[in-house]
Amino acid sequence: MRLMALAVRRLLWFVPTLVGLLVVTFVISRVVPADPVALVAGETATPAQVAALRHELGYDRSLPVQFVDYLVRLARGDMGVSLFTRRPIVDDLAHRLPATIELTVVAMIVSVALGIPLGVLSALWRNSLLDHVLRVVTVSGLAIASFWLGIMLQLLFAMRLGWTPLNGRLAGYPPRDLTGFYLLDAVLTWDWSTFGAALQHLALPAATLAFPALATLVRFTRAGVLDVMQSNFVLYERAMGLPPPLIVWKYILRSALTSTVTQVGLLFGILLAGAVVTEAVFDWPGIGTYAVSSILRSDYNAVMGFTVWAGAIFIVVNLLVDLAHTLVDPRERQT
Amino acid sequence: MSAAWFVLRRLGRDRSALIGLALIAVLVLSAVLAPLLATHPDDVFELHPSERLRAPSATHWLGTDRMGADVYSRLLFGARITILIGLIAVGASLAIGVPIGLVAGYHHGWASDGLMRVSDIFLAVPQVVLAIAIAQTLGPSLPNVILALSVTYWPWFARVVYAETRALQKEVFVESTTALGASPWRLTVLHVLPNIASPIIVRASIGMGFTILTAAALGFLGLGPPPPTPEWGRTIAESREFLPDAWWYAAAPGLAIFLTVMGFNLLGDGLRDVLDPRLRRSPSRDA
Repeated sequence: MRLMALAVRRLLWFVPTLVGLLVVTFVISRVVPADPVALVAGETATPAQVAALRHELGYDRSLPVQFVDYLVRLARGDMGVSLFTRRPIVDDLAHRLPATIELTVVAMIVSVALGIPLGVLSALWRNSLLDHVLRVVTVSGLAIASFWLGIMLQLLFAMRLGWTPLNGRLAGYPPRDLTGFYLLDAVLTWDWSTFGAALQHLALPAATLAFPALATLVRFTRAGVLDVMQSNFVLYERAMGLPPPLIVWKYILRSALTSTVTQVGLLFGILLAGAVVTEAVFDWPGIGTYAVSSILRSDYNAVMGFTVWAGAIFIVVNLLVDLAHTLVDPRERQT
Repeated sequence: MSAAWFVLRRLGRDRSALIGLALIAVLVLSAVLAPLLATHPDDVFELHPSERLRAPSATHWLGTDRMGADVYSRLLFGARITILIGLIAVGASLAIGVPIGLVAGYHHGWASDGLMRVSDIFLAVPQVVLAIAIAQTLGPSLPNVILALSVTYWPWFARVVYAETRALQKEVFVESTTALGASPWRLTVLHVLPNIASPIIVRASIGMGFTILTAAALGFLGLGPPPPTPEWGRTIAESREFLPDAWWYAAAPGLAIFLTVMGFNLLGDGLRDVLDPRLRRSPSRDA
């Protein structure tokens, strides 16, 4: 019951936060020195043509009217039309979404699969060589500029060694479009050479994206495990003579992961923000590349579409994390 | 004075904080003494087409770039821009975020909720995305980069200050100061603020690193100060078309960013250990 109440309360906050976000992006995109209509119309357009286009795009109405109109359309799932591609932004985003999700999910899997065990080992063997090496890795992961890391990986693995492609998602024809995720489509159509090629293309951007997330996870897991190791119930389990691996990998880890679950929201933020720049470096045809090129072309509708999408996902993920936290940790439910 | 001395002595015993301080000292020295340390101080503006894309050598320690300018010398002058962006952006974020956090933390009511809601809106989108949008709208220049970073970073300070102020309200000393008749202004500025300085300082140090990293990303995307400014992020973007041959051109500025951000992160971690025992990275040895 309390869980329901919490969920409802958080959902009620969702709407004002999203509207606030829309106000911010709207102000940013309309209080501009450059005239988007003139840009779209081109240099050869006559003033009459520009005026006609302005009317067609609805830019000649007052700002509040434009904003309300935008909200009403958005509620109907209409994000407007890209000023450049002239396609609905919802379609553009949907078309590019699988590429970003594929990249982000692979990066997430890599960082979780490596980060949690390494964090546990680092805590168990505190001040060992492994712990020191991992500390260097975590400190580096949070200090490195991801676009530079991407370029250095390209330099080494793609240009010098030739082990991986330089950029892009796939060189040849994509697999038959079933889900939009190349890896999954390749498996479903039993096309293993495409699967391998897609994986090769994924390797560098995924590694670039995963590194800071991995660093964060190792850090938090290590701190969490160290914290739990000091607690009385671990002392009790030791005294009871439970086998150490059981204590570590079952009881300590489960307890320590409660705090790591909370970090998933943070992790997602890191990955989402990282995807924008990482995709730009690797010409990855996802949402991030779309956002950067839209921004550079002053395609305000598309920029707002992206910001709304990113903000909404971010808020929803944080809501889910809150709920998961309440589910996992019984203490949260009683307060 | 004695408190500052205590903090410094504890920091001196923390190895990572020492490394951080050393890295920041190198950065500051490079920026201040750039005209003296640079081997080719005029290369920020001069062109030497015949010297372009030379590999590192005795005359050009880190090689030359596409204009024939000395990469090492430009790197030193780039440190000035980096420090400038970091200091002003974090300073402005402090100036906006701390008062908002204090006011919202002290007063209970819809206005406080409203202020925190506004900061939540900014925190709901990755900082780099909002900063890109603002910087592009305003046009690529140094002041606009700083503005974009300040506008997007203050909510972090507002959040920290708000939470700490709320936590302090149950403390006896706040209650007794109020009972003695201190005005809300006097209470927050003279009594609450000094007590929450530690988390603000820690956040500011980590914020420097974070801001410099985002600024470099903006520069890389072409939204930073325009050429010939030796901004590190832009230099990396320029170097891309000359890879894989001119590797030094891309490697050097990235390494400079890395060491700078690492310096502020290490210092932040060290400060956290010294100033805020609740947030220790690991339990102390005798715990």
